[in-house]
Amino acid sequence: MLEKFTLKRDYYAGGLMLLLGVGAAVTGSGYKFGTLARMGPGFMPVMLGVVLAFMGLLIAGTALASSEPDDAKFMPDNPQWFGWFCIIAGPILFIILGEYGGMIPAVFACVFVCALGDKTATYKSSAILAFGVTVFGVLLFHYFLGIPFPLLRGVNL
Amino acid sequence: MISTAITDLYYGFGVALEPHNLMYCFLGVLVGNLVGVLPGMGPVATISILLPLTFGMQPVPAILMLSGVYYGAQYGGAICSILLNLPCHPPHAVTCLDGFPLTKQGKGGTALGITIIAAFVGASFGITEMIFLAPFLVKMALEFGPAEVCSLMLVGLLAGSTLAKGSPLKGIAMTVLGLLVGIVGSDIETGQPRFTFGITELFDGVEIVALALGMFGIAEFMNSINNTESVDMKYAKVGISDMFPSKADLKLAFWPMIRGTVLGSLCALIPGTGPTIASFVSYATEKKISKTPERFGHGAIEGVACPEASTHSSVQGDFIPTMSLGIPGDTVMALLLGALIIHGIVPGPQLISQHADIFWGLIASFWIGNILLVILNVPMIGLWVKLLSIPYRYLYPSAMFFVCIGVYAANNDMFQVGETLFIGVIGYILLRLDFHPAPILLGFVLGPRFEENFRRSLLISRGDLTTFIDRPISAFFLFICVVLITAQIYVWLRKPKIFTEEKAIEAQVPRTAYSEVAE
Repeated sequence: MLEKFTLKRDYYAGGLMLLLGVGAAVTGSGYKFGTLARMGPGFMPVMLGVVLAFMGLLIAGTALASSEPDDAKFMPDNPQWFGWFCIIAGPILFIILGEYGGMIPAVFACVFVCALGDKTATYKSSAILAFGVTVFGVLLFHYFLGIPFPLLRGVNL
Repeated sequence: MISTAITDLYYGFGVALEPHNLMYCFLGVLVGNLVGVLPGMGPVATISILLPLTFGMQPVPAILMLSGVYYGAQYGGAICSILLNLPCHPPHAVTCLDGFPLTKQGKGGTALGITIIAAFVGASFGITEMIFLAPFLVKMALEFGPAEVCSLMLVGLLAGSTLAKGSPLKGIAMTVLGLLVGIVGSDIETGQPRFTFGITELFDGVEIVALALGMFGIAEFMNSINNTESVDMKYAKVGISDMFPSKADLKLAFWPMIRGTVLGSLCALIPGTGPTIASFVSYATEKKISKTPERFGHGAIEGVACPEASTHSSVQGDFIPTMSLGIPGDTVMALLLGALIIHGIVPGPQLISQHADIFWGLIASFWIGNILLVILNVPMIGLWVKLLSIPYRYLYPSAMFFVCIGVYAANNDMFQVGETLFIGVIGYILLRLDFHPAPILLGFVLGPRFEENFRRSLLISRGDLTTFIDRPISAFFLFICVVLITAQIYVWLRKPKIFTEEKAIEAQVPRTAYSEVAE
């Protein structure tokens, strides 16, 4: 009996949906609800929130009811903290350097940091890749497609 | 009716053969073929990256190019499955089962040759189906009021979430989540900002490019980083001369090809059952009716021809509900529908009459694109095989660059890059919790139109919910919804034999990190 209550991945999945659903319904109830004939902006958010919360309960409920063991874990077998960090850091650097530096530093930093996330990558291989992508990106997006993104802010190239 | 279809088609060829359109069609299939070959890149991410770049273009070349990416990727995906045993594109996962054994026997070239023939046959049938069926569907759909549109969308959403891979409950939850994401922004009628949390950039809603690239780009890279096996190129040596199948092989493959084509086109018509399901169903059927089922899995040429033909016929058929009714069957179609909306074209039954150039030009470009793909694939097979050996550690950082700059180019706004990153992290968490991201996009694209039609139909009926049952067509769609739900409950309770057989085939397919999200 007790093993039924060991945590399964679907409890988290259902719980997350329940949370999101309730959150949406509560936020949505701040908007005008209206009537069926004249729906206000709050009608759909509340209804969808309730449905989502209900789905969350069903997901957790079926996991509770099924006797099959669920050995799938939330965390992968070998968590790639450094890899994930690099993938997240890349776009953040792209935003900061793009805003204050321009396209060249943004692209170089983004590709360089992302590439470092691979186990086999070295500083040198990442830098070469980043350099190549930057040259290609500048040619394609700046000169060929002409998107409005200065190459280096403050410098007229 | 046939004669008008032929005149329209003639007009379509005129549109598609304009040098400008032809060039973009070629570009689309070329890029599609390229990403199809590259392990770890899918058509969804590619179309999302290209989408912002089409904003300045005319709608016709834009749609021709984006569609070309989709069916072009199907040609490339087969190469990956057959030569490397890597099912990087879900529709071709089942092709691995017989394709890779053939490669090991040194018949990889023959398998590829058969694949190209099967692809062309399947695609041709799918296109023909579209020519004759789409105008017919439109005639029916023009009678639809808001209540019918609403119920039809409900069928589309429900089918899209329950028939796809994974648990149907989780699929529905993802669809609802997608609908909620679609609500973000200003309310169409009152202008009231909803779920914007005071962020001005969100007043226009969540950017479709950001959503697609977050879910299918960043989340996918987080899933596959340091998680990909090194590619074994030992058997992947193919020359042009190996690609022409012998008469005996052609004879073996002929009927499976036809059966696959028909099954694929049927699957395309049911919303929610895209090419992936079509390929599994046709493989299972072929194995069942074969006189020598024991050959399957050890290099049976039928096991390559049948699923490939059905994939391609289903890919082309997928366009039918999208273009004629405005109800997308899967993620790529949802994205294309989003592209149409961005280009100021209202999807739905009026599309064929109001934008004949897009509809018939698209159909004509399918033929041209497929012929281009056959030409591209036969002589250039050596180049594609070389591309297979590009390691993932070079691919994903370059792809991250395309993601960042693609999202930025959509609005020239750095906020969107942050939005994409945020969605990507959420997407990865959802992925780890065994949710499939595809229905989110479906819900997101259909959400605003669903709400609009739902509100309007209840406004017309003065708040009377029975309007959905009183109108016969709407009632019919709701009946389909009930059937879908009942069928799901039946499957859950009784677990019929067909599904266990299909599961068994699915279990044989080699799994890689890529195949979890790609479509």
